[in-house]
Amino acid sequence: MKRELNIEEMWRVDREPLTHVENADLMPLPAPLDIVEKDRSWAPLSPQATKKYECGLDDTCAVSVRQPESPEEEKRLVATFLSGLDKLFMKENNWTFLQPLLLTMEHCTRCQTCADACHVFEASGRNELYRPAFRSEILRRLYFKYVKHGGLLSAWQHGDIQVNWPLVARLIELSYRCNLCRRCAQTCPIGADNGLVAHELRKLFSQEMGISAKEIHEQGSMLQLKVGSSTGMSPEVVKDNIAFIDEDISERTGIEIHTPWDVEGADVLLIHNAGEIMAWPENPGAFALILTMAGVKWTMSSELAAYDSINYGLWYDDAQFARVALKHAEAARKLKVKKIVIGECGHAHKALCVIADRLLGGDLNIPRESSLTLLRDVVMSGKIKLDAARNDFPVTLHDPCNVVRLMGVVEPQREVLRLICPQFREMEPHGVNNYCCGGGSGFAIMSGLNFPDWRFHVSGRKKLQQVLQAFSDCLEPETPKYLCAPCSNCKGQFRDMLAYYKLWDQNRILYGGLVELIVNAMADVKPGFIEWEWR
Amino acid sequence: MTVAVYVGIYLGFLIFLIGCVRRVIQYARAPIHLRWELYPVPHEEPGRVAHGGSYFESSDWWTQPRHFNWRGELRAMIPEILFLKGLWEFNRGLWYASFLFHFGLYCTIASMVLVVGQVIMSAAVAGWTNGLGGLAVAGGYRVTGYAALLLTLAGALALLWRRMRDAELKNFTSPADIFNLVFFILTYCILGAGYCLRPEGAASVTSIARGVLTFDIKAEVAPMIGFGLVLASVLIAYIPLTHMAHFIAKYFTYHAVRWDDRANLRGGKIETAVAGYLRYKPNWAAKHVGATGEKTWAEIATANPAREVRK
Repeated sequence: MKRELNIEEMWRVDREPLTHVENADLMPLPAPLDIVEKDRSWAPLSPQATKKYECGLDDTCAVSVRQPESPEEEKRLVATFLSGLDKLFMKENNWTFLQPLLLTMEHCTRCQTCADACHVFEASGRNELYRPAFRSEILRRLYFKYVKHGGLLSAWQHGDIQVNWPLVARLIELSYRCNLCRRCAQTCPIGADNGLVAHELRKLFSQEMGISAKEIHEQGSMLQLKVGSSTGMSPEVVKDNIAFIDEDISERTGIEIHTPWDVEGADVLLIHNAGEIMAWPENPGAFALILTMAGVKWTMSSELAAYDSINYGLWYDDAQFARVALKHAEAARKLKVKKIVIGECGHAHKALCVIADRLLGGDLNIPRESSLTLLRDVVMSGKIKLDAARNDFPVTLHDPCNVVRLMGVVEPQREVLRLICPQFREMEPHGVNNYCCGGGSGFAIMSGLNFPDWRFHVSGRKKLQQVLQAFSDCLEPETPKYLCAPCSNCKGQFRDMLAYYKLWDQNRILYGGLVELIVNAMADVKPGFIEWEWR
Repeated sequence: MTVAVYVGIYLGFLIFLIGCVRRVIQYARAPIHLRWELYPVPHEEPGRVAHGGSYFESSDWWTQPRHFNWRGELRAMIPEILFLKGLWEFNRGLWYASFLFHFGLYCTIASMVLVVGQVIMSAAVAGWTNGLGGLAVAGGYRVTGYAALLLTLAGALALLWRRMRDAELKNFTSPADIFNLVFFILTYCILGAGYCLRPEGAASVTSIARGVLTFDIKAEVAPMIGFGLVLASVLIAYIPLTHMAHFIAKYFTYHAVRWDDRANLRGGKIETAVAGYLRYKPNWAAKHVGATGEKTWAEIATANPAREVRK
């Protein structure tokens, strides 16, 4: 049940959760999910989990940090944390984000304007723990006390804090209760950035303490650097899978396609999120078809990591981030392509086009752009014949935060949808003011313990509300509806969340990418590319 | 008394200046960070600003000339600086108090500038004070002065009320936040009371300003005004030591972070600066980072811990 929560409770020495979220506390949803009693209940953490892991924050556990075995180990961990805290504010260790971090630490006026912008805070029923400034306030107090070595005067000015293992353990978990969508930063009158705070905390835990969510580190960036993709696909396997997709798409569409691999001097190196190849093969297949039909000279690369655009380091670790970004750029350099085009993956867009921009110098600075602009150009060029009547069903667009608010690619996807989807309708708000799907910053792939319950009930709730509102005039199952989400992580979140609430089974809300809609509207393709089957 | 007031004013402004310059240097000298902009970026092309688009919306954007849209940037900056537009949009409840307070401070600055202008013009132009210009400026600093007093006090009181009564701010209000607002209220009250209750023959505002500018100690500063001025000087000196120096931070958070969409060009300044940062030697302790304190960022970024583990 929601209750008042003081910051001082963060260093409470017991392992009892600081808060407990109940369905009745949550932001109400529209029909057909408007009856609280019918909302799904949460799976409680098992006694084994609470005994083994640090679960003292709330009802869930995202990182699953093992409980220390002795007071000495706790002391060592706290010392490591404090040493990492220092490093976060040293240019040698953190030149990458030092300036914005300092500005955020020293100038927040704690006015709480950010709170109303945060979907997690709102959806949780304004639970104090999820207030965006709550996490930042803790780091701010730590900064003034332990980095600036403030004494009593500083505590009077900025608030006091006590560091112990329970605080550090809770802070680890709390850094994974933010989607890093930065909607809060967009509204801050000063320009302070709570999303950055969560990002920097995750970096501290990863880069100094070696602590991060296993799905994004061991099974994510490390696996990608080891075999080439976080899906586990080696270059041989990915080529096999793509060949199978080519065959399938050729059969379904009646147009022969062959994905080109490692073509030197191609105009475009297309990098997909490899998750698409595994989970939504029609997406890379549709890309191949569109590019082939449009006569684009393109290729994919079978170099290590270069056939998977994901870069999970973006969410938690600068070293891992730089390593993967360099691998992408090196593959493009090797093939002497004119540009890299990122497939439908939001975080890959931001990672390679925006954040990595200043890391890629000299001949690694190969132009990079969004596939959405390329698709818009292809569609508008008239090179492919389109029949909008084939897409005559309700369509709404989810804006991936990394593509809109964090990169400014807003209109190209809309130009396409307005042309090929007669029943296109916007969510409100949309574009740069969008809400995160709730799977951002790695949540969509984090499914340990009961974390999915939290991300569907809390972090995904605002988006769920938007989707239901966008389709409120046609919720009946007789009308198939298409939620266009041009981002793999967002699709992962929608797949899980729509299934959780049975919105495909009962209301026929399907999700998918943009390219599928384009191919579905192509006049030269056999009708029915979108199969209206749940994946 | 007069000397003490003058010294207070000199010291107050000096410390304020040093504090502000120190902060500016601290932020300006920080390394160029990785891109972290937030859209909308108002200096984008006018057609894109409305929907928050960027140059990434154009295919082959690197081949196209870029035009810095000054008009767009000013259209975002001026309402933000003068009227706190962001707060109006996103936190209307706070805007009323905050706008009163900040506009009161702007009026304070305007009044001070007009007083100083009056002193300078009086010295430079014979008969200025009783001429049309002098009377207009005198009217100006009186109006802005009264407005400053009323608006700042009303704003500070409203902000104090909110800090003390709003349950949502409980976790986020330190004793210093209360102190800062009380400090403003006290200072403006004493200055206002001192001005209204000044004895006959006491130095006028322009006389005091003239005295401060020329260190002429003949002016008889009334005790309450003198005390108010010393208090105001302490307040001015105190501002850069606190988060109230956000007028400095805001320049950087907007221009160097939120709106900094400069692309890294081959052979450009950013590339040169980052090449230098890549020679830094970090000492992060986690094993996968592989930082020994001897390896550079460039060496760390080109290493592959996953492949090394396999060996």
